[in-house]
Amino acid sequence: MSQKSVEDLSRSFAFTSKLDSLVAWGRKNALWPLPYGTACCGIELMSVMGPRYDLARFGAEVVRFSPRQADLLLVAGTITEKMAPVLVRIYEQMLEPKYVLSMGACASSGGFYRAYHVLQGCDKVIPVDVYVPGCPPAPEAVLDGIMLLQRMIATNQPRPWRDHWKNPYTGKSLDLPASSLDQPRIVDGK
Amino acid sequence: MTKIDELKQELEKHFQAQAQNQNFKFSNSVGDDVIEVPKEELIAVLIHLKSVHRFDFLMDICGVDFPNREKRFEVVYHLFSSKDSSRLRLKTQVAEGEAVETATSIWKGADWFEREAYDMFGIRFDKHPNLRKILTHHQFVGHPLRKDYEADHQQHCTETLPIFFNNEGSSRGDVLNENLVPLNIGPSHPAMHGTLRVMVELDGETVVRANCEIGYLHRCFEKMAETHPYNQVIPYTDRLNYCSAPMNNVGYCKAVERLLGVEIPAKAQAMRVILCELSRIIDHIIAVGTGGVDLGALTAFFHLFSYREKVYTLFEKLCGARLTVSMTRVGGMAQDAPEGWFDDVMAFCKEMSAGVDEISRLMIDNKIFIKRTQGISPVSAADAINWGYTGPLLRASGVNLDLRKATPYYGYDGLNFDVPIGTNGDIFDRYLVRIEEMRQSIRIIEQVCKNVPGGDFTLRDKSLVLPEKKDVYGNIEGLMNHFMLVIKGLRPPVGEVYDATEAANGELGFYLVSDGSANPYRLKVRPPCFAIYQSFPTVVKGSMLADAIATVASMNVIAGELDR
Ligand code: SF4
Repeated sequence: MSQKSVEDLSRSFAFTSKLDSLVAWGRKNALWPLPYGTACCGIELMSVMGPRYDLARFGAEVVRFSPRQADLLLVAGTITEKMAPVLVRIYEQMLEPKYVLSMGACASSGGFYRAYHVLQGCDKVIPVDVYVPGCPPAPEAVLDGIMLLQRMIATNQPRPWRDHWKNPYTGKSLDLPASSLDQPRIVDGK
Repeated sequence: MTKIDELKQELEKHFQAQAQNQNFKFSNSVGDDVIEVPKEELIAVLIHLKSVHRFDFLMDICGVDFPNREKRFEVVYHLFSSKDSSRLRLKTQVAEGEAVETATSIWKGADWFEREAYDMFGIRFDKHPNLRKILTHHQFVGHPLRKDYEADHQQHCTETLPIFFNNEGSSRGDVLNENLVPLNIGPSHPAMHGTLRVMVELDGETVVRANCEIGYLHRCFEKMAETHPYNQVIPYTDRLNYCSAPMNNVGYCKAVERLLGVEIPAKAQAMRVILCELSRIIDHIIAVGTGGVDLGALTAFFHLFSYREKVYTLFEKLCGARLTVSMTRVGGMAQDAPEGWFDDVMAFCKEMSAGVDEISRLMIDNKIFIKRTQGISPVSAADAINWGYTGPLLRASGVNLDLRKATPYYGYDGLNFDVPIGTNGDIFDRYLVRIEEMRQSIRIIEQVCKNVPGGDFTLRDKSLVLPEKKDVYGNIEGLMNHFMLVIKGLRPPVGEVYDATEAANGELGFYLVSDGSANPYRLKVRPPCFAIYQSFPTVVKGSMLADAIATVASMNVIAGELDR
């Protein structure tokens, strides 16, 4: 087969679809979380990672504290106004493709801190894919949230909230390849 | 002659030149001695009390806002004597824009407490070297704990501060030394436990200057307490020290109960003791386990957390929640222990005593661990007192002070247990003390579980405790009682109280001012690690960077209570 025909083939409908789902399958089963634990939920997140609940069973094995080595940001705990710029910076530093899970009432909505120094939900500054309710959520709930995220990844679910996200402080959007914004996605070959 | 009369005579003699004491007011509030002094005399009185009466600890400094008074603010100093365990409260009034002289020359520990009062109320402290914001972010305008600040008025922060240090003598903190390497660690760094930020200047590996910035988890606990009824504050206290939540519940409820002047039933006391000691064990597990992680020992963490899970299971059985239990109520416990719970606790104790031996073999008897921690950044007893250390860290420095022995509550005086004391106050000693405390806690729990008192788990005072649900739904009296209590809330009398318990990392104090309404007028928490952590830049000066990380871990800094 000539080089040209391979390229033609790779552009063909059937092949891309399989490649997409193959990549998605790989991504879903090799999540590297960055635990952004700030408060009580952070402690419960430790239990999720620790013995008994053992997050590693779900292909979210290697906990990384460097945003350059992680693709899943686990926001666990209250995000205060003072912390928000730090969170945004960490999110921007992570490499594509990246996902965000917000664990607990505080991270999702400010929780019961209707207060002057607490950000009312981390989605005020970064795009969130999955919200896990609870104060703190039981470890089982967090595992469920991660499995939900895995299903989203596996089906290449569109994430408009993320594609249109802009840094709240600088107004800059993420450097996404143009294609990921406009072209229709192919989900599971359908 | 009571203690306050002695103090009165003594002070009168000493200060007779100054206006014959016309201005000193002596009183007693719910068992605490209180002296009110004019602000000009304050420092002289503090120095005098420290030298003559040996009030060696400055436990806390806080402000209270009374917008309708002529002199709007009250600055309150909480003193403690390790000699006879007595407490004294010193108060002075300041008007807006006026300043009090700083107490940092008397106690080093006054530093952060004064900064906090400045941040929260705008009270200025003359001659304080670093009087700047501490809990709120640097773009924050106003002073949030003033009564005229709306609880939910948010102000956004858009950037973080560059590296800076404390002003010292001749050198300004924002001027960096160009021959040294500045390094920022955290927030959101594994060694900084999430929300701490440490900035250092390095000469090679050696720390020349260090500074810590806090406030990344300032969740406005005290403002929230002011805007909620007494019982609804309990869930907020859980989230102060989330490693040992029940201890905070107990500390808070104990303060409210003392202001109300009620004593809870024996069974509730026993349950509180068990909860507290179980929490102490899991808190020390976290301290030891994550301390190991910071030194590179990940196995210990995984191993220790399996014990923690077992305690969580006990909590779950008791009330359904794992981490944030909110098990106490003003007047007792929320509910009774389920059938067989005390036996489960006993079984856990048995397992745990084997576990503690294992932990100590794994960590404390480990050669690398010893090498990395022994003799590293020791704190002398005098320094520890000067900074306001309490709890395991103070005891590691060789001071025998444990509130469970010094001012026993809930029947601790009837129990057999020892208080472990260290010698050097280095990191190794701190872990030794913690491990031994776990053993003692097991002893305490076993003694209590062996004869749990019968009787009710809560008071049945209609003006304090909600009636049982079967009464609420079953008869009109219960319904009315429930209705009245929910609408009116429980209302302690006008007054104020400072009450302290021995929490896992030191003295946890609650200073509660009541104006007779259904919400606390002011609730000030004295978190143990706040006083401890402010010594960090001094303690690590001259040590290696890796040792500084080990020091943070050994201090067991919990951001929730540090930042409130
Ligand atoms: S959601 Fe609840 S448990 Fe989680 S950080 Fe907030 S207060 Fe703590």
